Amino acid sequence: MRAIELADVGRAYGDRIALAGVTLDVERGETLAVFGANGAGKTTLLRILATLLRPHRGVARVLGHELPREGWAVRGKIGFLGHAPLLYRDLTVRENLRYHARLHRVGFERIDELLDAVGLRARGDDPVHTLSRGMLQRAAVCRTVLHAPEVLLLDEPLAGLDPGAVALVDPLLRGPATRVLISHDVEHGLAEADVVLGLRGGRAAFVARDVSEADVRALYA
Amino acid sequence: MRHAIAALIRKDVRLELRTRESVPAMVLFSLGTFVLFHFALDEREVSGALAAGILWVTLLFAAVLGINRLFVAEREEGGFDGFLLAPVDRTSLFVAKATVLFGFLVAVEVFVVAAFAVLLLGPSPWAGLPALALVLVVADAGIAVIGTLVGALAVQTRARDLLVPLLALPLSIPLVIAGARACAPLLTAGGGDGLEARWLLVLGLYDLVFGLLAYAIFDFLLEE
Repeated sequence: MRAIELADVGRAYGDRIALAGVTLDVERGETLAVFGANGAGKTTLLRILATLLRPHRGVARVLGHELPREGWAVRGKIGFLGHAPLLYRDLTVRENLRYHARLHRVGFERIDELLDAVGLRARGDDPVHTLSRGMLQRAAVCRTVLHAPEVLLLDEPLAGLDPGAVALVDPLLRGPATRVLISHDVEHGLAEADVVLGLRGGRAAFVARDVSEADVRALYA
Repeated sequence: MRHAIAALIRKDVRLELRTRESVPAMVLFSLGTFVLFHFALDEREVSGALAAGILWVTLLFAAVLGINRLFVAEREEGGFDGFLLAPVDRTSLFVAKATVLFGFLVAVEVFVVAAFAVLLLGPSPWAGLPALALVLVVADAGIAVIGTLVGALAVQTRARDLLVPLLALPLSIPLVIAGARACAPLLTAGGGDGLEARWLLVLGLYDLVFGLLAYAIFDFLLEE
């Protein structure tokens, strides 16, 4: 079974078309890298796959379930790391993760495991608003992988992280999960990708398994 | 669904205890309103229908403050997305938020009714206190249901602060009428046995109708 299937998927905000006719397939365990300039439709695509936005046309399936009709079946199997950390500023890191653990019915022992993995155990009882940008991103990664999702939807997951933090976080964002990775780091994105989607003005400029760096850079020209 | 409701309530109570944004503001607003009524009416003491009217209008306006804040953290800190990504029934958010608002209203009333008795009320409230508490609790359930519905609707818009009073106050008119009528005899001298069951019934019916309505439509309010 394919992890992600998109057939002519489109989405508009009022009169503005954010995504138009994207078609692609991603097998389980593969990584789809999505490239495109600002406003190309990358985040819209990610939010559709996360069940947070309805597609206005076409068919989108995640783990064999059609969205949004069967969205309930894939929620909980998706880990979503967008621009916002989805953490409450006035709660501590640990309180935030416990809240999400309760919603996802995950044991609290997983929280300490993850805080250790990203080097945040000592700051676990500090309010989120006291964390630096990089620490906040590490905490957000913990939230994203807390329930060991089968599909990871990642929008610039390493943004704001120093090389040491990247080394801590990177292993958590790999593993058996199928990944959709939005990145502006062309070299890194291509190195991670099994399938590459290039978006320009909401349309798929290319969907391919073998793409040159020059083709990707042309999206930003 | 119960585990999600418990998680949401626990989180909201913790946030309120930490930030103290809602309940203290509602209490202070109510105390300020009593002082204004005291000077505006130029009366040292009030009782009966006038006292009930002042109490209910004050409580309702204070509730609007709480309703305005109810979904702010969800909107501004990504709480909606975090919740919508979880494998839980979306109605659990409605139940949890209504329960939290109900709790806030009860907490506010503990202070506000005591202050009302000291600052404005003429007759002693002790005789009618159990019945008054019953009326307040039944009416609070209605305010919590309406408030949660309106709060969820308004928070999706830029005119949130405007929309909450514009929607919540007209929808609460039946609650104020029934609440004030039920309370009026309790706020007179020796009002211990003055509670009219029909007004309690009206309040209960209102809670039931709007509770079912909110249960039916809340999921749609969470759509993008």
